[in-house]
Amino acid sequence: MRHRTRRAGTAAGMLARLAGARRRFHPADPRPDAPPAGGWEVVTVNRPPNEVLPGGRRPEPLRRLGHAVQVDVWPAPAGRGTELAARIRPGAALPGLAAHVAGDDPDRVVRTALRQAKQLAETGEVLNADRSPIDRGLAG
Amino acid sequence: MRALCWTGAGRVAVRQVPDPELRNGHDAIVRVRLSATCGGDLPLLAGRAPYLADGDVLGHEFLGEVVAVGPQVHRHRVGDRVVVSSTVACGSCWQCRSGAPWCCDNGNLVPEASELAYGQAVPGAFGRPTAAGGFAGGHAEYVRVPYADVGAFGIPDEVSDERALFAADAAPAGWLAAELGGVHPGAVVAVWGAGAVGQLTARAASLLGADRVIIMDPREDRLRMARRHTDAETVDPRHPDIPAELRERTGGRGPDICVEAVGPAWDGRPRSLAERLTGAAERPPAVHEAMHSCRKGGTVVVLGEFTGQVDAFPLGAVGAKGLRVRGARQHGAGQVPTLLERMARDELRTEHLATHRLPLEEGARGYALFRDRRDGCVRALFSPDLPPAG
Repeated sequence: MRHRTRRAGTAAGMLARLAGARRRFHPADPRPDAPPAGGWEVVTVNRPPNEVLPGGRRPEPLRRLGHAVQVDVWPAPAGRGTELAARIRPGAALPGLAAHVAGDDPDRVVRTALRQAKQLAETGEVLNADRSPIDRGLAG
Repeated sequence: MRALCWTGAGRVAVRQVPDPELRNGHDAIVRVRLSATCGGDLPLLAGRAPYLADGDVLGHEFLGEVVAVGPQVHRHRVGDRVVVSSTVACGSCWQCRSGAPWCCDNGNLVPEASELAYGQAVPGAFGRPTAAGGFAGGHAEYVRVPYADVGAFGIPDEVSDERALFAADAAPAGWLAAELGGVHPGAVVAVWGAGAVGQLTARAASLLGADRVIIMDPREDRLRMARRHTDAETVDPRHPDIPAELRERTGGRGPDICVEAVGPAWDGRPRSLAERLTGAAERPPAVHEAMHSCRKGGTVVVLGEFTGQVDAFPLGAVGAKGLRVRGARQHGAGQVPTLLERMARDELRTEHLATHRLPLEEGARGYALFRDRRDGCVRALFSPDLPPAG
Protein backbone atom coordinates (compact mmCIF):
# COMPACT_ATOMS: atom_id res chain seq x y z
CA MET A 1 0.00 0.00 0.00
CA ARG A 2 2.73 2.41 0.90
CA HIS A 3 4.15 2.56 -2.59
CA ARG A 4 0.97 3.13 -4.50
CA THR A 5 0.22 6.55 -5.86
CA ARG A 6 -2.81 8.34 -4.51
CA ARG A 7 -4.49 11.68 -5.00
CA ALA A 8 -5.43 13.52 -1.87
CA GLY A 9 -8.17 16.10 -1.48
CA THR A 10 -10.55 17.64 1.00
CA ALA A 11 -12.55 15.31 3.14
CA ALA A 12 -15.85 16.57 1.67
CA GLY A 13 -14.47 16.09 -1.80
CA MET A 14 -13.45 12.59 -0.90
CA LEU A 15 -16.96 11.68 0.21
CA ALA A 16 -18.36 13.17 -2.99
CA ARG A 17 -16.09 10.96 -5.07
CA LEU A 18 -17.00 7.79 -3.24
CA ALA A 19 -20.32 7.08 -4.93
CA GLY A 20 -19.91 4.43 -7.59
CA ALA A 21 -16.17 4.20 -7.17
CA ARG A 22 -14.62 0.78 -6.85
CA ARG A 23 -10.92 1.26 -6.31
CA ARG A 24 -8.77 4.14 -5.27
CA PHE A 25 -5.25 2.91 -5.79
CA HIS A 26 -3.43 2.98 -9.08
CA PRO A 27 0.03 1.74 -9.95
CA ALA A 28 0.78 5.08 -11.54
CA ASP A 29 -1.11 8.34 -11.37
CA PRO A 30 -0.74 10.37 -14.56
CA ARG A 31 -2.01 13.63 -13.07
CA PRO A 32 0.63 16.30 -12.85
CA ASP A 33 -0.58 17.47 -9.42
CA ALA A 34 -0.37 14.01 -7.86
CA PRO A 35 1.82 13.88 -4.75
CA PRO A 36 4.86 11.63 -4.69
CA ALA A 37 4.04 7.96 -4.25
CA GLY A 38 4.41 6.14 -0.99
CA GLY A 39 4.22 6.89 2.67
CA TRP A 40 0.54 6.08 3.14
CA GLU A 41 -0.66 4.22 6.17
CA VAL A 42 -4.02 2.51 5.69
CA VAL A 43 -6.59 0.78 7.86
CA THR A 44 -9.89 -0.80 6.89
CA VAL A 45 -12.77 0.44 9.01
CA ASN A 46 -15.87 -1.72 9.20
CA ARG A 47 -18.20 1.24 8.76
CA PRO A 48 -19.55 3.07 5.70
CA PRO A 49 -17.60 6.12 4.50
CA ASN A 50 -20.15 8.60 5.86
CA GLU A 51 -19.52 7.25 9.34
CA VAL A 52 -15.76 7.23 8.93
CA LEU A 53 -15.81 10.87 7.79
CA PRO A 54 -18.97 12.18 9.49
CA GLY A 55 -20.15 15.30 7.70
CA GLY A 56 -17.04 15.16 5.58
CA ARG A 57 -14.89 15.95 8.60
CA ARG A 58 -11.78 14.03 9.54
CA PRO A 59 -12.29 11.69 12.47
CA GLU A 60 -10.51 12.11 15.77
CA PRO A 61 -7.66 11.80 16.47
CA LEU A 62 -6.58 12.40 12.86
CA ARG A 63 -8.19 15.84 13.05
CA ARG A 64 -5.70 16.88 15.70
CA LEU A 65 -2.83 16.29 13.31
CA GLY A 66 -4.04 19.21 11.22
CA HIS A 67 -2.99 19.92 7.67
CA ALA A 68 0.35 18.25 8.14
CA VAL A 69 -1.47 15.03 7.31
CA GLN A 70 -3.28 14.11 4.12
CA VAL A 71 -6.33 11.88 4.54
CA ASP A 72 -8.13 9.82 1.96
CA VAL A 73 -10.92 7.27 2.03
CA TRP A 74 -12.31 4.75 -0.36
CA PRO A 75 -14.81 1.89 -0.13
CA ALA A 76 -13.19 -1.39 0.79
CA PRO A 77 -13.96 -4.35 -1.46
CA ALA A 78 -16.50 -7.02 -0.67
CA GLY A 79 -18.44 -5.00 1.87
CA ARG A 80 -15.57 -4.66 4.30
CA GLY A 81 -16.31 -1.02 5.01
CA THR A 82 -13.98 1.86 4.21
CA GLU A 83 -10.28 2.09 3.59
CA LEU A 84 -8.99 5.07 5.55
CA ALA A 85 -5.55 6.31 4.57
CA ALA A 86 -3.29 9.01 5.91
CA ARG A 87 0.24 10.23 5.47
CA ILE A 88 2.35 13.18 6.41
CA ARG A 89 2.50 15.72 3.60
CA PRO A 90 5.96 15.88 2.09
CA GLY A 91 7.93 18.52 3.95
CA ALA A 92 5.23 19.10 6.57
CA ALA A 93 5.79 18.91 10.32
CA LEU A 94 3.33 17.52 12.84
CA PRO A 95 1.82 20.10 15.15
CA GLY A 96 2.32 20.58 18.87
CA LEU A 97 2.44 17.56 21.11
CA ALA A 98 2.27 15.18 18.16
CA ALA A 99 5.64 16.46 16.96
CA HIS A 100 7.11 15.80 20.39
CA VAL A 101 5.62 12.28 20.55
CA ALA A 102 6.64 11.45 16.99
CA GLY A 103 10.35 11.86 17.59
CA ASP A 104 12.17 10.33 14.67
CA ASP A 105 9.20 8.17 13.61
CA PRO A 106 6.34 10.46 12.58
CA ASP A 107 4.72 7.62 10.62
CA ARG A 108 4.10 5.89 13.92
CA VAL A 109 1.95 8.80 15.05
CA VAL A 110 -0.07 8.48 11.86
CA ARG A 111 -0.45 4.71 12.30
CA THR A 112 -1.59 5.15 15.88
CA ALA A 113 -4.06 7.86 14.91
CA LEU A 114 -5.50 5.66 12.18
CA ARG A 115 -5.90 2.71 14.53
CA GLN A 116 -7.60 4.88 17.10
CA ALA A 117 -9.91 6.41 14.48
CA LYS A 118 -10.80 2.86 13.41
CA GLN A 119 -11.49 1.79 17.00
CA LEU A 120 -13.63 4.84 17.63
CA ALA A 121 -15.69 4.22 14.51
CA GLU A 122 -16.08 0.50 15.15
CA THR A 123 -16.41 0.23 18.93
CA GLY A 124 -17.15 3.76 20.07
CA GLU A 125 -14.00 4.13 22.14
CA VAL A 126 -10.24 3.70 22.11
CA LEU A 127 -9.08 0.65 24.05
CA ASN A 128 -7.12 1.85 27.08
CA ALA A 129 -4.25 0.12 28.79
CA ASP A 130 -4.31 -0.37 32.53
CA ARG A 131 -2.87 2.59 34.37
CA SER A 132 0.47 2.09 36.01
CA PRO A 133 0.70 2.23 39.81
CA ILE A 134 2.54 5.55 39.41
CA ASP A 135 -0.32 7.03 37.35
CA ARG A 136 -2.75 5.80 39.98
CA GLY A 137 -0.76 7.28 42.81
CA LEU A 138 -0.16 3.82 44.26
CA ALA A 139 3.57 3.55 43.77
CA GLY A 140 6.00 3.51 46.49
CA MET B 1 -5.14 -7.79 45.42
CA ARG B 2 -3.15 -11.05 45.19
CA ALA B 3 -2.00 -12.23 41.78
CA LEU B 4 0.25 -14.97 40.48
CA CYS B 5 3.00 -13.13 38.64
CA TRP B 6 5.82 -14.26 36.41
CA THR B 7 9.03 -13.36 38.21
CA GLY B 8 11.68 -14.73 35.86
CA ALA B 9 12.44 -17.82 33.77
CA GLY B 10 10.73 -20.79 35.39
CA ARG B 11 9.47 -18.79 38.36
CA VAL B 12 6.09 -17.50 39.52
CA ALA B 13 5.06 -15.98 42.83
CA VAL B 14 2.03 -14.39 44.41
CA ARG B 15 2.42 -10.65 44.76
CA GLN B 16 0.27 -7.80 45.88
CA VAL B 17 -0.70 -5.75 42.79
CA PRO B 18 -3.20 -2.91 42.33
CA ASP B 19 -6.83 -3.94 41.87
CA PRO B 20 -7.92 -3.58 38.25
CA GLU B 21 -10.13 -0.63 37.37
CA LEU B 22 -12.67 0.06 34.65
CA ARG B 23 -10.76 1.76 31.84
CA ASN B 24 -13.35 1.66 29.07
CA GLY B 25 -17.11 1.77 28.84
CA HIS B 26 -17.13 -1.82 27.58
CA ASP B 27 -15.12 -3.14 30.54
CA ALA B 28 -16.24 -5.38 33.36
CA ILE B 29 -14.34 -6.40 36.47
CA VAL B 30 -14.62 -10.05 37.40
CA ARG B 31 -13.84 -11.52 40.80
CA VAL B 32 -12.10 -14.78 39.95
CA ARG B 33 -13.39 -18.04 41.42
CA LEU B 34 -11.25 -20.45 39.42
CA SER B 35 -8.47 -20.29 36.87
CA ALA B 36 -6.48 -22.99 35.11
CA THR B 37 -3.02 -23.73 33.80
CA CYS B 38 -2.69 -24.28 30.06
CA GLY B 39 0.05 -25.62 27.83
CA GLY B 40 0.24 -22.21 26.20
CA ASP B 41 1.55 -20.84 29.49
CA LEU B 42 4.60 -23.09 29.58
CA PRO B 43 6.75 -21.24 27.03
CA LEU B 44 5.91 -18.04 28.90
CA LEU B 45 6.74 -19.56 32.24
CA ALA B 46 10.05 -20.78 30.87
CA GLY B 47 10.92 -17.30 29.65
CA ARG B 48 10.90 -18.37 26.01
CA ALA B 49 8.50 -15.65 24.89
CA PRO B 50 9.77 -12.19 24.14
CA TYR B 51 8.17 -9.21 25.87
CA LEU B 52 7.11 -11.01 29.07
CA ALA B 53 8.11 -8.83 31.99
CA ASP B 54 8.66 -9.36 35.68
CA GLY B 55 5.27 -8.87 37.31
CA ASP B 56 3.05 -9.83 34.37
CA VAL B 57 0.06 -11.81 35.67
CA LEU B 58 -0.39 -15.23 34.03
CA GLY B 59 -3.53 -17.22 33.30
CA HIS B 60 -5.90 -17.01 30.36
CA GLU B 61 -8.56 -19.49 31.47
CA PHE B 62 -10.76 -18.22 34.27
CA LEU B 63 -14.29 -17.69 35.48
CA GLY B 64 -15.83 -15.70 38.25
CA GLU B 65 -18.43 -13.21 39.30
CA VAL B 66 -19.01 -9.78 37.79
CA VAL B 67 -18.40 -7.09 40.41
CA ALA B 68 -18.40 -3.95 38.23
CA VAL B 69 -19.45 -3.01 34.70
CA GLY B 70 -18.84 0.00 32.50
CA PRO B 71 -21.71 2.02 31.05
CA GLN B 72 -21.48 0.31 27.66
CA VAL B 73 -21.90 -3.21 29.07
CA HIS B 74 -25.44 -4.39 28.41
CA ARG B 75 -25.36 -8.18 28.63
CA HIS B 76 -23.98 -8.53 32.14
CA ARG B 77 -24.82 -7.24 35.57
CA VAL B 78 -23.06 -7.24 38.90
CA GLY B 79 -23.43 -10.69 40.44
CA ASP B 80 -23.50 -12.64 37.15
CA ARG B 81 -21.39 -15.80 37.06
CA VAL B 82 -19.39 -15.66 33.85
CA VAL B 83 -16.67 -17.53 32.03
CA VAL B 84 -14.34 -15.32 29.99
CA SER B 85 -12.97 -16.14 26.57
CA SER B 86 -9.17 -16.12 26.59
CA THR B 87 -8.81 -13.96 23.48
CA VAL B 88 -9.82 -10.30 23.62
CA ALA B 89 -12.04 -9.43 20.65
CA CYS B 90 -14.11 -6.31 20.01
CA GLY B 91 -17.03 -7.93 18.20
CA SER B 92 -17.28 -4.96 15.81
CA CYS B 93 -14.45 -5.11 13.28
CA TRP B 94 -14.83 -6.92 10.00
CA GLN B 95 -12.91 -9.94 11.25
CA CYS B 96 -15.15 -10.33 14.30
CA ARG B 97 -18.31 -9.78 12.26
CA SER B 98 -17.08 -12.33 9.74
CA GLY B 99 -16.83 -15.01 12.41
CA ALA B 100 -13.10 -14.82 13.04
CA PRO B 101 -12.71 -13.11 16.44
CA TRP B 102 -9.30 -14.74 16.83
CA CYS B 103 -8.24 -12.30 14.10
CA CYS B 104 -9.78 -9.22 15.78
CA ASP B 105 -8.26 -5.91 14.70
CA ASN B 106 -8.94 -4.02 17.92
CA GLY B 107 -8.18 -6.33 20.84
CA ASN B 108 -4.50 -5.56 21.13
CA LEU B 109 -2.99 -2.65 23.05
CA VAL B 110 0.46 -2.89 21.45
CA PRO B 111 -0.10 -4.06 17.87
CA GLU B 112 3.45 -3.22 16.82
CA ALA B 113 4.83 -6.29 18.63
CA SER B 114 2.90 -8.86 16.63
CA GLU B 115 3.24 -6.82 13.44
CA LEU B 116 6.96 -7.20 13.84
CA ALA B 117 6.74 -10.93 14.52
CA TYR B 118 3.93 -11.96 12.19
CA GLY B 119 3.30 -9.09 9.80
CA GLN B 120 -0.14 -8.33 11.25
CA ALA B 121 -1.47 -7.29 14.62
CA VAL B 122 -3.05 -10.27 16.36
CA PRO B 123 -5.57 -9.88 19.17
CA GLY B 124 -4.45 -9.65 22.73
CA ALA B 125 -5.24 -12.28 25.31
CA PHE B 126 -5.37 -12.52 29.06
CA GLY B 127 -2.21 -13.66 30.76
CA ARG B 128 -0.05 -12.65 27.85
CA PRO B 129 2.80 -10.12 27.92
CA THR B 130 1.45 -6.64 28.45
CA ALA B 131 4.34 -5.27 26.40
CA ALA B 132 2.97 -7.25 23.44
CA GLY B 133 -0.58 -6.03 23.90
CA GLY B 134 -1.78 -8.68 26.30
CA PHE B 135 -3.90 -8.16 29.41
CA ALA B 136 -3.36 -9.06 33.03
CA GLY B 137 -4.33 -12.69 33.51
CA GLY B 138 -6.79 -14.67 35.53
CA HIS B 139 -4.53 -16.11 38.21
CA ALA B 140 -5.60 -13.26 40.44
CA GLU B 141 -8.41 -12.15 42.69
CA TYR B 142 -9.81 -9.75 40.08
CA VAL B 143 -9.50 -9.27 36.33
CA ARG B 144 -10.43 -6.42 34.03
CA VAL B 145 -12.36 -7.79 31.04
CA PRO B 146 -12.42 -5.46 28.00
CA TYR B 147 -15.36 -5.77 25.57
CA ALA B 148 -17.20 -7.73 28.26
CA ASP B 149 -20.37 -8.10 26.19
CA VAL B 150 -18.31 -9.95 23.58
CA GLY B 151 -15.90 -11.99 25.69
CA ALA B 152 -17.77 -12.86 28.90
CA PHE B 153 -20.54 -15.44 28.95
CA GLY B 154 -23.19 -16.14 31.56
CA ILE B 155 -22.99 -19.68 32.92
CA PRO B 156 -26.17 -21.77 33.19
CA ASP B 157 -27.01 -22.63 36.79
CA GLU B 158 -26.70 -26.35 36.19
CA VAL B 159 -23.06 -26.10 34.99
CA SER B 160 -20.44 -26.33 37.74
CA ASP B 161 -17.44 -24.03 37.93
CA GLU B 162 -15.12 -26.98 37.26
CA ARG B 163 -16.98 -27.71 34.04
CA ALA B 164 -17.60 -24.16 32.82
CA LEU B 165 -13.97 -23.17 33.32
CA PHE B 166 -13.03 -25.23 30.28
CA ALA B 167 -15.31 -23.11 28.11
CA ALA B 168 -12.78 -20.28 28.46
CA ASP B 169 -10.27 -21.81 26.08
CA ALA B 170 -9.69 -25.56 25.99
CA ALA B 171 -13.15 -26.60 24.85
CA PRO B 172 -13.57 -23.89 22.17
CA ALA B 173 -10.05 -24.61 20.93
CA GLY B 174 -10.96 -28.27 20.50
CA TRP B 175 -14.22 -27.44 18.80
CA LEU B 176 -12.59 -24.99 16.50
CA ALA B 177 -10.02 -27.62 15.53
CA ALA B 178 -12.79 -30.02 14.62
CA GLU B 179 -14.60 -27.33 12.64
CA LEU B 180 -11.51 -26.05 10.84
CA GLY B 181 -10.54 -29.62 10.05
CA GLY B 182 -13.92 -30.13 8.45
CA VAL B 183 -14.87 -33.11 10.60
CA HIS B 184 -17.88 -34.80 9.06
CA PRO B 185 -19.72 -38.09 9.47
CA GLY B 186 -17.38 -40.86 8.44
CA ALA B 187 -14.19 -38.89 8.94
CA VAL B 188 -11.14 -40.41 10.59
CA VAL B 189 -9.48 -37.98 12.97
CA ALA B 190 -6.10 -38.30 14.66
CA VAL B 191 -5.20 -36.10 17.62
CA TRP B 192 -1.69 -35.62 18.97
CA GLY B 193 -1.82 -34.84 22.67
CA ALA B 194 -4.24 -36.23 25.28
CA GLY B 195 -4.24 -33.18 27.51
CA ALA B 196 -7.40 -31.16 28.02
CA VAL B 197 -7.38 -29.62 24.53
CA GLY B 198 -6.61 -32.94 22.85
CA GLN B 199 -9.35 -34.78 24.73
CA LEU B 200 -11.87 -32.04 24.04
CA THR B 201 -10.89 -32.07 20.36
CA ALA B 202 -11.52 -35.81 20.32
CA ARG B 203 -14.89 -35.31 21.98
CA ALA B 204 -15.83 -32.59 19.52
CA ALA B 205 -14.87 -34.82 16.60
CA SER B 206 -17.08 -37.60 17.96
CA LEU B 207 -20.03 -35.29 18.47
CA LEU B 208 -19.62 -33.96 14.94
CA GLY B 209 -19.94 -37.48 13.59
CA ALA B 210 -16.37 -38.71 13.06
CA ASP B 211 -16.26 -42.43 12.35
CA ARG B 212 -13.03 -42.98 14.26
CA VAL B 213 -10.97 -40.78 16.54
CA ILE B 214 -7.44 -41.85 17.41
CA ILE B 215 -5.53 -40.06 20.12
CA MET B 216 -1.81 -40.23 20.93
CA ASP B 217 0.24 -39.18 23.90
CA PRO B 218 3.44 -40.38 25.53
CA ARG B 219 1.63 -40.68 28.88
CA GLU B 220 -0.32 -43.87 29.46
CA ASP B 221 -2.33 -42.30 32.30
CA ARG B 222 -3.62 -39.62 29.92
CA LEU B 223 -4.52 -42.23 27.33
CA ARG B 224 -6.46 -44.17 29.97
CA MET B 225 -8.33 -41.00 30.78
CA ALA B 226 -9.04 -40.38 27.10
CA ARG B 227 -10.39 -43.90 26.64
CA ARG B 228 -12.62 -43.50 29.68
CA HIS B 229 -14.02 -40.06 28.87
CA THR B 230 -14.05 -39.86 25.07
CA ASP B 231 -14.92 -42.28 22.30
CA ALA B 232 -11.34 -42.23 21.06
CA GLU B 233 -9.04 -45.15 20.40
CA THR B 234 -5.48 -44.72 21.59
CA VAL B 235 -2.07 -45.66 20.28
CA ASP B 236 0.42 -47.35 22.55
CA PRO B 237 2.85 -44.60 23.53
CA ARG B 238 5.75 -47.04 23.14
CA HIS B 239 4.91 -47.63 19.51
CA PRO B 240 8.07 -46.98 17.52
CA ASP B 241 6.36 -45.79 14.32
CA ILE B 242 3.19 -43.77 14.85
CA PRO B 243 2.62 -42.90 11.16
CA ALA B 244 2.87 -46.59 10.24
CA GLU B 245 0.36 -47.48 12.95
CA LEU B 246 -2.02 -44.81 11.68
CA ARG B 247 -1.69 -46.06 8.10
CA GLU B 248 -2.51 -49.55 9.28
CA ARG B 249 -5.60 -48.36 11.14
CA THR B 250 -6.87 -46.30 8.20
CA GLY B 251 -6.61 -48.75 5.34
CA GLY B 252 -3.33 -47.25 4.19
CA ARG B 253 -4.91 -43.85 3.56
CA GLY B 254 -3.91 -41.96 6.66
CA PRO B 255 -6.30 -39.94 8.82
CA ASP B 256 -8.49 -37.38 7.04
CA ILE B 257 -7.87 -34.78 9.72
CA CYS B 258 -4.78 -34.56 11.92
CA VAL B 259 -4.85 -32.22 14.91
CA GLU B 260 -1.71 -31.20 16.73
CA ALA B 261 -2.66 -30.38 20.34
CA VAL B 262 0.74 -30.72 21.95
CA GLY B 263 2.44 -27.36 21.59
CA PRO B 264 6.14 -26.75 21.64
CA ALA B 265 8.34 -29.51 22.95
CA TRP B 266 9.98 -28.07 25.99
CA ASP B 267 12.73 -29.68 27.99
CA GLY B 268 12.32 -27.43 31.00
CA ARG B 269 15.41 -25.47 30.13
CA PRO B 270 15.00 -21.69 30.16
CA ARG B 271 15.74 -20.07 26.86
CA SER B 272 19.26 -18.73 26.77
CA LEU B 273 20.03 -15.13 25.94
CA ALA B 274 21.69 -16.29 22.70
CA GLU B 275 18.55 -18.20 21.69
CA ARG B 276 16.38 -15.22 22.46
CA LEU B 277 18.57 -12.85 20.49
CA THR B 278 19.06 -15.10 17.48
CA GLY B 279 15.50 -16.41 17.38
CA ALA B 280 16.75 -20.00 17.57
CA ALA B 281 13.77 -22.10 16.74
CA GLU B 282 11.77 -24.82 18.37
CA ARG B 283 11.30 -28.23 16.78
CA PRO B 284 7.71 -29.45 16.77
CA PRO B 285 7.78 -33.25 16.52
CA ALA B 286 4.00 -33.61 16.73
CA VAL B 287 3.52 -31.25 13.78
CA HIS B 288 6.01 -33.35 11.83
CA GLU B 289 4.15 -36.55 12.56
CA ALA B 290 0.80 -34.99 11.76
CA MET B 291 2.04 -33.74 8.39
CA HIS B 292 3.64 -37.09 7.66
CA SER B 293 0.63 -39.14 8.70
CA CYS B 294 -2.19 -37.14 7.15
CA ARG B 295 -3.83 -38.61 4.07
CA LYS B 296 -3.25 -36.93 0.73
CA GLY B 297 -5.65 -34.02 0.40
CA GLY B 298 -6.35 -34.08 4.12
CA THR B 299 -6.21 -31.31 6.72
CA VAL B 300 -3.68 -30.63 9.42
CA VAL B 301 -4.78 -28.33 12.25
CA VAL B 302 -2.10 -26.81 14.47
CA LEU B 303 -3.42 -25.80 17.88
CA GLY B 304 -0.15 -25.65 19.82
CA GLU B 305 0.90 -22.19 20.92
CA PHE B 306 4.28 -21.79 19.33
CA THR B 307 5.98 -18.58 20.26
CA GLY B 308 7.64 -17.84 16.94
CA GLN B 309 9.58 -19.87 14.42
CA VAL B 310 10.04 -23.62 14.21
CA ASP B 311 12.79 -25.45 12.39
CA ALA B 312 12.57 -28.14 9.75
CA PHE B 313 8.90 -27.69 8.93
CA PRO B 314 8.01 -30.30 6.27
CA LEU B 315 6.82 -27.74 3.78
CA GLY B 316 7.20 -30.11 0.85
CA ALA B 317 4.34 -32.22 2.18
CA VAL B 318 1.92 -29.32 1.76
CA GLY B 319 2.32 -29.31 -2.01
CA ALA B 320 3.23 -32.94 -2.62
CA LYS B 321 0.31 -34.30 -0.60
CA GLY B 322 -2.08 -31.43 -1.29
CA LEU B 323 -2.55 -30.78 2.39
CA ARG B 324 -4.59 -28.04 3.90
CA VAL B 325 -2.93 -26.55 6.98
CA ARG B 326 -5.05 -24.57 9.40
CA GLY B 327 -4.38 -22.90 12.69
CA ALA B 328 -6.30 -20.73 15.09
CA ARG B 329 -6.74 -19.91 18.72
CA GLN B 330 -10.43 -20.19 19.47
CA HIS B 331 -13.80 -18.71 18.67
CA GLY B 332 -15.25 -17.46 21.92
CA ALA B 333 -18.29 -15.58 20.73
CA GLY B 334 -19.22 -18.23 18.20
CA GLN B 335 -18.70 -21.30 20.32
CA VAL B 336 -18.82 -20.64 24.05
CA PRO B 337 -22.62 -20.25 24.31
CA THR B 338 -23.13 -23.48 22.38
CA LEU B 339 -20.51 -25.28 24.46
CA LEU B 340 -22.13 -24.12 27.69
CA GLU B 341 -25.44 -25.49 26.41
CA ARG B 342 -23.77 -28.81 25.64
CA MET B 343 -22.24 -28.78 29.11
CA ALA B 344 -25.67 -28.11 30.62
CA ARG B 345 -27.05 -31.09 28.66
CA ASP B 346 -24.19 -33.26 29.95
CA GLU B 347 -22.90 -33.86 26.44
CA LEU B 348 -19.61 -32.27 27.34
CA ARG B 349 -18.01 -33.14 30.67
CA THR B 350 -14.71 -31.72 31.76
CA GLU B 351 -14.48 -32.26 35.51
CA HIS B 352 -12.08 -35.18 35.07
CA LEU B 353 -9.58 -32.81 33.46
CA ALA B 354 -9.42 -30.67 36.60
CA THR B 355 -7.05 -33.01 38.39
CA HIS B 356 -5.61 -30.57 40.93
CA ARG B 357 -7.15 -27.64 42.78
CA LEU B 358 -4.78 -25.37 44.66
CA PRO B 359 -4.66 -21.95 46.31
CA LEU B 360 -2.99 -19.18 44.32
CA GLU B 361 -0.07 -19.33 46.72
CA GLU B 362 0.75 -22.80 45.39
CA GLY B 363 0.97 -21.54 41.83
CA ALA B 364 4.58 -22.60 41.43
CA ARG B 365 3.76 -26.13 42.56
CA GLY B 366 0.71 -26.25 40.33
CA TYR B 367 2.70 -25.23 37.27
CA ALA B 368 5.45 -27.70 38.12
CA LEU B 369 2.92 -30.54 38.41
CA PHE B 370 1.33 -29.51 35.14
CA ARG B 371 4.60 -28.98 33.29
CA ASP B 372 6.11 -32.29 34.40
CA ARG B 373 2.82 -34.26 34.13
CA ARG B 374 3.45 -35.48 37.68
CA ASP B 375 0.82 -37.01 39.92
CA GLY B 376 -1.50 -37.51 36.93
CA CYS B 377 -1.83 -33.78 36.46
CA VAL B 378 -3.82 -32.75 33.39
CA ARG B 379 -4.84 -29.29 34.58
CA ALA B 380 -4.01 -27.50 37.81
CA LEU B 381 -6.78 -25.14 38.91
CA PHE B 382 -6.18 -22.17 41.16
CA SER B 383 -8.73 -20.67 43.48
CA PRO B 384 -8.00 -17.33 45.16
CA ASP B 385 -10.56 -18.29 47.79
CA LEU B 386 -8.67 -21.37 48.95
CA PRO B 387 -6.52 -20.60 51.99
CA PRO B 388 -2.80 -21.25 51.62
CA ALA B 389 -1.72 -24.59 53.07
CA GLY B 390 -0.05 -24.59 56.47
